[in-house]
Amino acid sequence: MPPTFIHPALDLNGRVELRHGSGGRAMAQLIEQLFWRTLDNELLRQGNDQALFQPPPGRLVISTDAHVITPLLFPGGDIGHLSVHGTINDVAMSGARPLYLAAAFILEEGLPLSDLAHIVASMAQAANAAGVPVITGDTKVVERGKADGCFITTTGIGVVPEGVMISGERATAGDAILVSGTLGDHGIAVMAAREQLGLEMELISDSAALHELVAAMVAAVPQMHCLRDPTRGGMAATLNELAQQSQVGMQIKESAIPVREPVRGVCELLGLDPLHVANEGKLIAICPADHAQRLLATMRAHPLGQDAAIIGEVVEDRHCFVQLHTQLGGWRVVDWLGGEQLPRIC
Amino acid sequence: MMTTALKYYLDEDLYALALPLTGGAEAICKLFSVVGQNLGDVKGRSGDQVLQKLLGVPSAALESPLHNHTGLENFILMKYIDEFRDAAVAKQLAAAIACEVDPARQYRLMEFCGGHTHAIFRYGVADLLPPNVVFVHGPGCPVCVLPMARLDHTIQLALEHEVMLCSYGDLLRVPASHGQTLLSAKAQGADVRMIYSTQDALGLARAHPTRQVVLFAIGFETTTPPTAVALTTAAAHALENFSIFCNHLLTPPALRAILTASFDVNSPLGIDGILGPSHVSTIIGSVPYQFVPDEFGIPLVIAGFEPLDVLHSTLMLVRQINQGGCRLENQYQRAVSSEGNRKAQALMQDVFVVRDQFEWRGLGRLPHSALALHPRYAAFDAETRFAVTLPTSTETKGCECAQVLRGQLKPTDCTLFGRACQPDHPLGACMVSAEGACAAYWHYGRFRTPPETN
Repeated sequence: MPPTFIHPALDLNGRVELRHGSGGRAMAQLIEQLFWRTLDNELLRQGNDQALFQPPPGRLVISTDAHVITPLLFPGGDIGHLSVHGTINDVAMSGARPLYLAAAFILEEGLPLSDLAHIVASMAQAANAAGVPVITGDTKVVERGKADGCFITTTGIGVVPEGVMISGERATAGDAILVSGTLGDHGIAVMAAREQLGLEMELISDSAALHELVAAMVAAVPQMHCLRDPTRGGMAATLNELAQQSQVGMQIKESAIPVREPVRGVCELLGLDPLHVANEGKLIAICPADHAQRLLATMRAHPLGQDAAIIGEVVEDRHCFVQLHTQLGGWRVVDWLGGEQLPRIC
Repeated sequence: MMTTALKYYLDEDLYALALPLTGGAEAICKLFSVVGQNLGDVKGRSGDQVLQKLLGVPSAALESPLHNHTGLENFILMKYIDEFRDAAVAKQLAAAIACEVDPARQYRLMEFCGGHTHAIFRYGVADLLPPNVVFVHGPGCPVCVLPMARLDHTIQLALEHEVMLCSYGDLLRVPASHGQTLLSAKAQGADVRMIYSTQDALGLARAHPTRQVVLFAIGFETTTPPTAVALTTAAAHALENFSIFCNHLLTPPALRAILTASFDVNSPLGIDGILGPSHVSTIIGSVPYQFVPDEFGIPLVIAGFEPLDVLHSTLMLVRQINQGGCRLENQYQRAVSSEGNRKAQALMQDVFVVRDQFEWRGLGRLPHSALALHPRYAAFDAETRFAVTLPTSTETKGCECAQVLRGQLKPTDCTLFGRACQPDHPLGACMVSAEGACAAYWHYGRFRTPPETN
């Protein structure tokens, strides 16, 4: 265990300065007193530039995700939770059990150390709750104006159980499409906080680690074809990606898609489509139709899947279009988002 | 559906303005069904108590006509949004239309507003109608008809005068000359801020007293009153670093221009009826459209933006056409009165003057079709405050936006559609805004109108 009291205590009233990333005493102090203490685990405590471990048997899966968000703290979470959940989810969407995380921080000079402490505490909390420790990391500090407070890149590693073959190109005509819960909560909560829309309603990010839900789903229906978390670009982007990868079409039913009332309301108000809004604690599953009910029941039995629903089916379509049967009884195409989602004028 | 403009109903400063607006009743109720998750909470209360709760203002401030709006309680106590998208009612309306149309003829109906176009595609309204009822898409998308030169002007303001430029979101991607957009100007270092309401722009001006803050004001009569309020507020508080680049347009002159063109024997449009503007009409009322049946002999039904509104208005037009009728009707009675919002009109008269002419993309120079700041507010006019030398604007070769905006071509008739011109890389303005006909075709209707079959 490295010595921990060679430096004076870190003053959390201070701010991140360039010296905190310069490789000198200040950096050692920050790493020891903030990162190690908060994220504490056996492998991190080895104090090496890498973490050494024996992987369990099975196929390994790795995923990395850079997290940037304004504001850093939002209703229902902060960038710390997000950076743990996001990568755990990306690993889990292969059907894997996530094992470990690595984290790299880019800090902007001037970031209050108390904010950083808050964020790292959130990471620790999320990692502990998920049982997926952060076992190695790195920190850099850039000059004020060259970053937006704090960027966190996390890499996750996991192991896929035998017999599970979950991949984006496996959707087949006739398969059922399921979603694990309400859509748009994260994107709308962040937007409302960022733009200070002044809307007095309960908008909370759905940021959550989904690996336990996935484990239950894999155990119940190992024949599942695809899993993906509809983050940026929302469900519209995820379904289009899967349709392209599998060279199939998809037909979904608007009335079956769960969206919370306040989220629907804000989307209505701003002219946004909930299908384009980001989620951080939801997944889309595609499985053979005859397993759909069992999968649905399994999802609904888990706290993170209690609003799960079967929303449509995979069809043959050389255009690989995602089509929506509207609430009104017509049809329309569900397109990718072109760029940034922009509210309409009138 | 009323989106960015709607936020002004939330601003207390603007409350007095919103209140007499009968459309405001609808907007506020919509907000309520949006904001008030717990409708049960308000049951049994009177309309003004509900509004008081919603807006946090004393009940003394609640005056007619909203206060006395018939059916206000019903508005509030129903699930507003779903009510106008109900599939069962849609089926009934569609069946009535199918039953009443004469299969031997076509019904070409122009929906004037982008909001209608959007609703038709977003909800698949056309799927419910018989094939001989055809929607012709009109020019009512303020982003689409903004000429490139105005956008070039704005980009110059942002880049050369280093102003803080405040714009509504859907303008940011509109292509100006040389493929430049406000977003690309931002990437080059311009300070472009996306705003949700004109109040946001005022807030920025207050927060950055050393910066010149310019509001890129755009839109038809719906978005004009909030601009007027921003202007009077800035004047009252001597907010000297704030100015307005005014691009507000008037709807009736555009309608007149289209109808005049449609009577041109060389390019007959053959419009049988018109779905008239919805939110615009809450401000200007229904009277300004009387010339459509009177002078052009075409029936016009003022139509709301919800899909059931569109279907209901379609049925009303089909009935008129079958009877050889030619009247102005108002389907959107829950929000539009004949005289409109007098208070907003008075404010607009006070603050703006009508320009002699203004260029509309696709429609050319139209007389008396746009607003400029009144000379008494010249100090707040960005056009006079900042000298700009404009490059010559060049429209994209082969782009048929002009004819699409006039309803003469369908988007899929344009050779660029879906090929060189796509939402990710728009060449014409109709592909940019979600309310542009081309973007609506592309986003929502690719399946049924693939370019190769047209």
